[in-house]
Amino acid sequence: MKQFQFVRPATQQSVLEVINKPGTKIIAGGTNLVDLMKRGVTAPDKLVDINHLPLKGIAATKTGLHIGALALNSTVSEDKTVIAKQPLLSMALKAGASPQLRNMATVGGNMMQRTRCTYFYDTTMPCNKREPGSGCGAMEGYNRMHAIFGASDKCIAVHPSDMCVALAALDAIVIVAGKKGERRIPFTEFHRLPGDHPESDNHLATDELIIGVEIPDNNFAKNSYYLKVRDRQSYAFALVSVAAALEIENGTIKNARLAMGGVAHKPWRLNDAEKALIGKPANEESFKQAAAIAMQGAKAYEYNSFKLKLAPATITEALKHASGLV
Amino acid sequence: MESKNSPDEPVTERSPFDSNRRDFLKQSTFLTAIALTPAPIISAAEHGLDEKIAELYEKIPVSLEVNGVKHQLSVEPRVTLLDLLREQLDLTGTKKGCDHGQCGACTVHVDGCRVNSCLTLGVMVNGKKITTIEGLAKGGQLHPMQDAFIKHDGFQCGYCTPGQIMSAVACIREGHANSETEIREYMSGNICRCGAYPNIVDAIMEVKNGGQQV
Repeated sequence: MKQFQFVRPATQQSVLEVINKPGTKIIAGGTNLVDLMKRGVTAPDKLVDINHLPLKGIAATKTGLHIGALALNSTVSEDKTVIAKQPLLSMALKAGASPQLRNMATVGGNMMQRTRCTYFYDTTMPCNKREPGSGCGAMEGYNRMHAIFGASDKCIAVHPSDMCVALAALDAIVIVAGKKGERRIPFTEFHRLPGDHPESDNHLATDELIIGVEIPDNNFAKNSYYLKVRDRQSYAFALVSVAAALEIENGTIKNARLAMGGVAHKPWRLNDAEKALIGKPANEESFKQAAAIAMQGAKAYEYNSFKLKLAPATITEALKHASGLV
Repeated sequence: MESKNSPDEPVTERSPFDSNRRDFLKQSTFLTAIALTPAPIISAAEHGLDEKIAELYEKIPVSLEVNGVKHQLSVEPRVTLLDLLREQLDLTGTKKGCDHGQCGACTVHVDGCRVNSCLTLGVMVNGKKITTIEGLAKGGQLHPMQDAFIKHDGFQCGYCTPGQIMSAVACIREGHANSETEIREYMSGNICRCGAYPNIVDAIMEVKNGGQQV
């Protein structure tokens, strides 16, 4: 690993003073960053440790749930308020990584993790995300894990987070701090599609710090489910995952939220499928119809065409679990 | 765990160093502090002590407690807790498997929580209490989990075993050892390429059901 400077500014304000310098990166849990530094995928000159900042709190507010950026993935997933109000988030977190990694990884860091595309990690291969202009190794390569939605001719990588899929479905808001104050970003607009700039994963400015997320209250707690399909039972990245949340009244769907992981450069919210579910009976036929709508516009590559079948099946299955059919 | 800290609450504990930006820059980093006291460095350079200067620039003081023993160390920021334990403290029980957080062989407890020491920077455990496999046995008496692994043949080559045992102890303490299925899920961060999984699960079940203090 390349030598770097390690600093721990005392306050949030003093963190904001130093993070905007080129070659500077923030470190929280470090579960992704340290790995990337060991492999030479990223080589910062300076790490800014923020773990001492008072951003670990989880609190119910008048309108929702506030979770600090430094709350650990394990803490959030086991938190009684989170489980009672937003069980989908707890389920998604428990589906991610391993217990050891969840004890280190933070909410803000989870949002900032980089793709697990093997061509991004392999510094001997071209990758527009790692080295803009070098090309994409995955496009014509072994692209089994890659995107079926929203890809560009520069990048077909997917976002690896489970937590983010749940937060996208739950209309969460990201709260970020900059020198001029705070701003709030809808979760679905936080991450970006690759387009011509796959090197940029999200809309966080280089002088900004994620300080928390807020999830507005909803009526989905009774009928939520996170279903993750992967190559082994646990401790693997998703081939496809689905966050499903329903509000059901007398067997009829009153409200629905759906998002998919493992299929796009960002958590993939399924707005059209959600609309199609409203007013329908909560049964398998409705779910299959919604899944078919969700798949419109999907495009597979040589090795990931199985996702075209796996994704709608996973949506249907997740909705069956959420509605209590299975 | 619930906390009263609101993420956006104003910082109440103000350090004497953060009164303004200039003071912050002066005092927030060891390196800048040194940069702003050039006299000894110039003097050292004149006496051909470049190596020592380089060391001063690179290393950060870290104090930590490992298995009940306090240590004051000088650590390069890029040194992981795993390498610090193995190479500076000669505690080689903690194993380096993948070195990328994928196998769990390096699992240790930091302030009671199991973590991958290969992805933890040594400078980030300043002031913390670390427990490694060497810290489990007490007074020549093996920890119940160590006994159970021997009894149930919870290993073949043994390389993953220290990590498995540290994880297994945490698994019970966390309350995630209530069934075979739950144990398998909560032990998924520890890979055993010999495939001793059924025996590892048996060992954990026995300790859990035995109700001993872990």
